[in-house]
Amino acid sequence: MLEAAKRWRSVWRRNAWAWRKGARTALLGGFVEPLLTLLVLGFGLGGYVGRVAGMPYLDFLASGILATSAMNAATFEGLYLAYTRMAVLKTWDGMLAAPLSLADVVMGEVLWMGTKSTIGAVLILAVLAGFGLAASWTALGVLPLAFLAGVCFGSIALVVTSFARSYDFFVYYITLCITPMVLLSGVFFPSAGLPAIVRVASECLPLFHLVEAIRPLLAGSLEPGLLRNAAALLAFAVPAVFLAIWRLQRRLTQ
Amino acid sequence: MRASFNPLRFLSPLFVTVSTAPAVAARHLSKSFEGKRVVDGLSFGVRQGECLGILGPNGAGKTTTLRMLVGATPPGSGELSVLGFRIPEQARAMRARIGVVPQQDNLDIDFTVIENLRIYGGYFGLTEAALKARIPRLLELAVLTDKANARIGQLSGGMKRRLSIARALINQPELLVLDEPTTGLDPQVRHNIWSMLRQLQNDGLTIVLTTHYMEEAERLCGRIILMDRGRILADSSPQALIRESIEPHVLEVHGANAEAWCRSLPAERDERCERIGESIFHYGGDLESLVRSLDAWEGVHYVYRRANLEDVFLKLTGRDLRDA
Ligand SMILES: Nc1ncnc2c1ncn2[C@@H]1O[C@H](COP(=O)(O)OP(=O)(O)O)[C@@H](O)[C@H]1O
Ligand SMILES: [Mg+2]
Repeated sequence: MLEAAKRWRSVWRRNAWAWRKGARTALLGGFVEPLLTLLVLGFGLGGYVGRVAGMPYLDFLASGILATSAMNAATFEGLYLAYTRMAVLKTWDGMLAAPLSLADVVMGEVLWMGTKSTIGAVLILAVLAGFGLAASWTALGVLPLAFLAGVCFGSIALVVTSFARSYDFFVYYITLCITPMVLLSGVFFPSAGLPAIVRVASECLPLFHLVEAIRPLLAGSLEPGLLRNAAALLAFAVPAVFLAIWRLQRRLTQ
Repeated sequence: MRASFNPLRFLSPLFVTVSTAPAVAARHLSKSFEGKRVVDGLSFGVRQGECLGILGPNGAGKTTTLRMLVGATPPGSGELSVLGFRIPEQARAMRARIGVVPQQDNLDIDFTVIENLRIYGGYFGLTEAALKARIPRLLELAVLTDKANARIGQLSGGMKRRLSIARALINQPELLVLDEPTTGLDPQVRHNIWSMLRQLQNDGLTIVLTTHYMEEAERLCGRIILMDRGRILADSSPQALIRESIEPHVLEVHGANAEAWCRSLPAERDERCERIGESIFHYGGDLESLVRSLDAWEGVHYVYRRANLEDVFLKLTGRDLRDA
């Protein structure tokens, strides 16, 4: 197990190092963009809508944006960057010629995606705290959730990548899965306002559970639903990791 | 005899040869893609310290053979062991002790030369201390010391290739596997790579490489497997292959009057004659009299030379190694 963890770490370390090198650009997408959305919508739209689900709109939106950015960071990494490493630069082939297995590569990648989502969450959380939007210590609970979300959405993205023959393929996933999920998961408005059948369906989405888990934590309360939401994320993450390993194994070692 | 600094002595701690198992033992190795047999019942062995060249045209199945050898893809059937490890079951343990240079460089372009070596060493679980000790030697071997902090994008094709080889040596392998190490490189750069590989050979490293350059195989390899359509055509030293499989000399004639000249020759002759495209090839022990007969002809060009591996391939397959 320790040996395996070391192998995963070597892959993780490569990605972390590459990220550090391009951190300035990475931060622009992973940090500045969500904050812009939050501030513009929060202040601009918030003035019209007033309180939502018992809290100021800015507070409501903050948890949605935080969750979405955690999802996006890992999704982007698992689609575009992972595809580049797999199919364009053949970085994974290099790793697989060393004593790493495909499972090691996927685990290293997925753990890095969790880390990347966490880094983004730390930065956004710091700004939220500055605006008084994350006043309680319970807000720190967001960080492990962001890691879990990174693993979850990152491994799902890897499964998608395992089918991809070019970058174009990802447009389908983003347009048909990610965007509707953002609209239905209570990011911008409470899903309670949706028609009953859509609402029930939206409760099957991983992003819904992430938002549900983060919102009370930012508001300063610990609720039992948190465990259920975390379990739902795990229920997506674990099969997705295994599926990604199996699919990529088939693709790369034929 | 050598009073000066000897780079080979200096480099030798890069490799350790411990096991006494044959470097490679393959029996009836086969692999199919979509029902097509691309590797078809290969049996061969590689001894420690040997340099084996797998020579064959594009599509012969060389890359597929190497990919099975390094555990990148499981054999369809047959038995394979590398350094005493059963493949594919023990492929990971085996890969810790070999070095692989792929057909297409897959250096990490986000990083510098030295960072590439450090990251790759990380995949082998090497400590920072071990890397610190090894990297300067590898840079020296690859003549990249001055480029240690250059980005991959700033390197020439030959430098990238040398770095790929250096990277494959980071774990002090007992066996180095290279897939077409000089394809697509300038002739001068090719010589560069050859001298690097020869240095490694002299240090006792076992090498398996593929190539479709006859010259490369002849210069580097003590032993050659001639491969075509997934099968072994011949397996021997280059000298023995040429000695045993083909007449010693070749007269290659082309030009407008080549056909006319050929028809003018007496019908009963000892030499073997082949036609490939525009050229007429005569093979034999002593072709001096034929060469002299050409003096009387205008509009013919000829080359009189010793037979080489390309001629062997041509004889065994009826096709040209370069564009078969
Ligand atoms: N992954 C694959 N799927 C289908 N066909 C393949 C695959 N890899 C190689 N081939 C086919 O197998 C044959 C041998 O290929 P290869 O081993 O790359 O030959 P070489 O390296 O000698 O040029 C070729 O006809 C090639 O098209
Ligand atoms: Mg090949």
